[in-house]
Amino acid sequence: MDALNSLLDGFAVALSLTNIALMFAGVILGVIIGVLPGLGGANGVAILLPLTFSMAQTPGGQTSAIILLSCIYWGALFGGAITSILFNIPGEPWSVATTFDGYPLAQQGRAGAALTAAFTSSFIGAAVGVIVITFLSPIVAQFALEFGPPEFFSVYLLTFCAFIGMSKQAPFKTLVSMMLGFALAAVGSDTVTGTLRMTFGTATLLTGFDFLVAVIGLFGIGEILLTLEEGLEFRGASAKINLKVVIQTWKELPKYWLTSLRSAAIGCFMGIVPGGATPASFMAYGVARRFSKDGDKFGEGVVEGVVAPETAAHAAGTSALLPMLTLGVPGSPTAAVLLGGLLIWGLEPGPLLFVEQKEFVWGLIASMYLGNIAGLIVVLTCVPLFAAILRIPFSVIAPIIIVICAIGAYTVHNATFDIYMMVVFGVTGYLFKKLDYPLAPLVLAIVLGDRAEASFRQAMLMSQGDMRILFENGLVGSITTLALALLIWPMASTLWSVTKKLAAKDA
Amino acid sequence: MKVSACFKSVLTTTAVAALSAVTVPAHAWEPTKTVEFVVPAGSGGGADQMARAIQGIIVKHNLMKQPMVVINKSGGAGAEGFLDVKGAKGDPHKIIITLSNMFTTPLATAVPFNWRDLTPVKMMALDEFVLWVNAEKPYKSAKEYVDAVKKAGANKMKMGGTGSKQEDQIITAAIEKKTGAKFTYIPFKGGGTVAVQLVGNHIDSSVNNPIEAVAHWRGGKLRPLCVFDTKRMPYKEKMTDTMAWSDIPTCKEAGLDVNYLMLRGIFMAGGVSQDQVDYFVGVLRKVRETPEWTALMNKGAFNQTSIEGKEFTDWVAAAEAEHVALMKGAGFMAGQK
Repeated sequence: MDALNSLLDGFAVALSLTNIALMFAGVILGVIIGVLPGLGGANGVAILLPLTFSMAQTPGGQTSAIILLSCIYWGALFGGAITSILFNIPGEPWSVATTFDGYPLAQQGRAGAALTAAFTSSFIGAAVGVIVITFLSPIVAQFALEFGPPEFFSVYLLTFCAFIGMSKQAPFKTLVSMMLGFALAAVGSDTVTGTLRMTFGTATLLTGFDFLVAVIGLFGIGEILLTLEEGLEFRGASAKINLKVVIQTWKELPKYWLTSLRSAAIGCFMGIVPGGATPASFMAYGVARRFSKDGDKFGEGVVEGVVAPETAAHAAGTSALLPMLTLGVPGSPTAAVLLGGLLIWGLEPGPLLFVEQKEFVWGLIASMYLGNIAGLIVVLTCVPLFAAILRIPFSVIAPIIIVICAIGAYTVHNATFDIYMMVVFGVTGYLFKKLDYPLAPLVLAIVLGDRAEASFRQAMLMSQGDMRILFENGLVGSITTLALALLIWPMASTLWSVTKKLAAKDA
Repeated sequence: MKVSACFKSVLTTTAVAALSAVTVPAHAWEPTKTVEFVVPAGSGGGADQMARAIQGIIVKHNLMKQPMVVINKSGGAGAEGFLDVKGAKGDPHKIIITLSNMFTTPLATAVPFNWRDLTPVKMMALDEFVLWVNAEKPYKSAKEYVDAVKKAGANKMKMGGTGSKQEDQIITAAIEKKTGAKFTYIPFKGGGTVAVQLVGNHIDSSVNNPIEAVAHWRGGKLRPLCVFDTKRMPYKEKMTDTMAWSDIPTCKEAGLDVNYLMLRGIFMAGGVSQDQVDYFVGVLRKVRETPEWTALMNKGAFNQTSIEGKEFTDWVAAAEAEHVALMKGAGFMAGQK
């Protein structure tokens, strides 16, 4: 029980009055940062990093500094869900999957339930992630080392395959949407050859299409255009909202324990690998839909559809800190900035951090437990407040949303061009909805297309073009097989039910 | 009315002029608004770490009256950042930290940019490159490793590095040219990832900067074979039980005659005045005198050469010529087959 003892020491470090105050301050700041699209957790942490520089010079200050920054991270993880549910605008990339069921729920007047489910699942996901870090860190760090380019590609393939069958629209439309996403993801500089692709000689396209700009436009602006057409009213505005909704939703949640468990497992796996919180949330949503009894109702507003991605995103976001601490490889952009912070404070992430900076590491881990509890308290008490935003008349809130979206799009690269792009994506999102094309595959392809392509080509370089590298060892072979099975299963099960029906007819 | 308004404005102008003559000494220029510190690379990398450390030092020691913000502009292998500063001609409120992509990106992609579009301010340090292998492998010296690569046959051994047609691949190409060995070069997004891929035995070697690989070296997972510098690193503190940075032989000593150092320098936009350059030279000199800076230099085992003025400009011009030769030799120029 060495870990337990160290953890208790950690609590002693983290539980000072200053540190608890910093925790709440960090969470509140993080929630605000998470709510504003564009201003992600990574930016928030980066902006505050210089402040912590002098903080880290005092004894024990390094722990306080990382507590502040990591609590901003938790806050941003929580906050991302709020706008996803209320306005269909994901505040953070990993909240995209939360919109699929969270927004329909809000439209049905169940915003409070959706928010409570999202926050509670986030907390559970994070708690599972922290427990994994506490007790399994040595084994788990070793596991992350098994991942080379072929393994990464197989994980991305698994995400695509888990997701591809889930769309209700015609398969052809899903394919069109996904291919468009891949094309957009390819714009800009190519990692493998170092050349520029599809920039048409312009400097504005050098950066490619940022995922956030696309999402703000496709979801946020697209939704506003739709609402405009359907009459200036937010549906679901009339819902009664009070703190009771929290208790009512909690009564409902234990039903989804299996989904939670599965999503937490997916999240931890993706965080440690590190594949990231965004693919984790998509994969968990896809898997939950496939295995749920109510799988057909996903997308129309079921609580389970909020539970799955939120649990996974938080489990991933939390466990992503493990490869950062033990290997120096950040599992997310925010973790990358935190990593820079550690180095500036004179700490050296790597295999020896747990040995040499015991107090710091366990203080951080203890603060993860406490920070998440702080986060849950902050966001749950605010549920009625957040949900009440929906009561503001559309003619007042719509211009505010558009302005916030524009600021968000601008912040991503400090480029005015991105605001125009946001509008173009907004019109595209509107047309997609009108023509019944799914948006999710497009978004997924923009997020993962780049990384999937890079790891595939790295793998092909390694094997000199031999595809068998994707089945080279037990690990990569089983992930690839699982991916292909998930892809083929829906087709096979359709075929099976058709033959069964035919057989029944014959008899 | 008109006359009085006109008179008023003349009066104000004179008053302002008189006032500023009193408060601001004639020779010194100082920033009048927030200074943007552009990083032409992603967050978390070597350039980003150094920029944020400089920013932190300036804040902590109160070296500038106006605030400074760090902005990452990594698009197009850093071209986004360089074009941004190039476009800000005459704007003294923008500085940029450079790495080798200042030379390699325009050469490899034909993006219309050259370092002469900028004003050199100061070289802060030079970053070293070390040849690393996994500690489980039997290679004890650069020579043993290169022989093993040759023996394995062309394209059999995998060298991992950051980006494509950038410093890591240039060094790889230079090794191939000198020795006749042939690697398969595998580009990754960041140096930290490369080091972990090497620990996981997915690649056979890397040329990571010291700061990217030091944790794994100390953890006993990686072994340094040689440093691509003309002389050994000066840091004598023991990093493992047996070795300090200064115990790593130069590659030339080890029989592999390849040198490469990466510029960590600060530039301003073109068309700024000497006063404005002098101001930042002054601030950066003070940054180098702080204990935090020394700590960063030790941690990353940097080559602490720091020059400014004409000496620096000449250095950059020579480095550019070197890169053109290296890139041409390796076939990395835009349009080159």
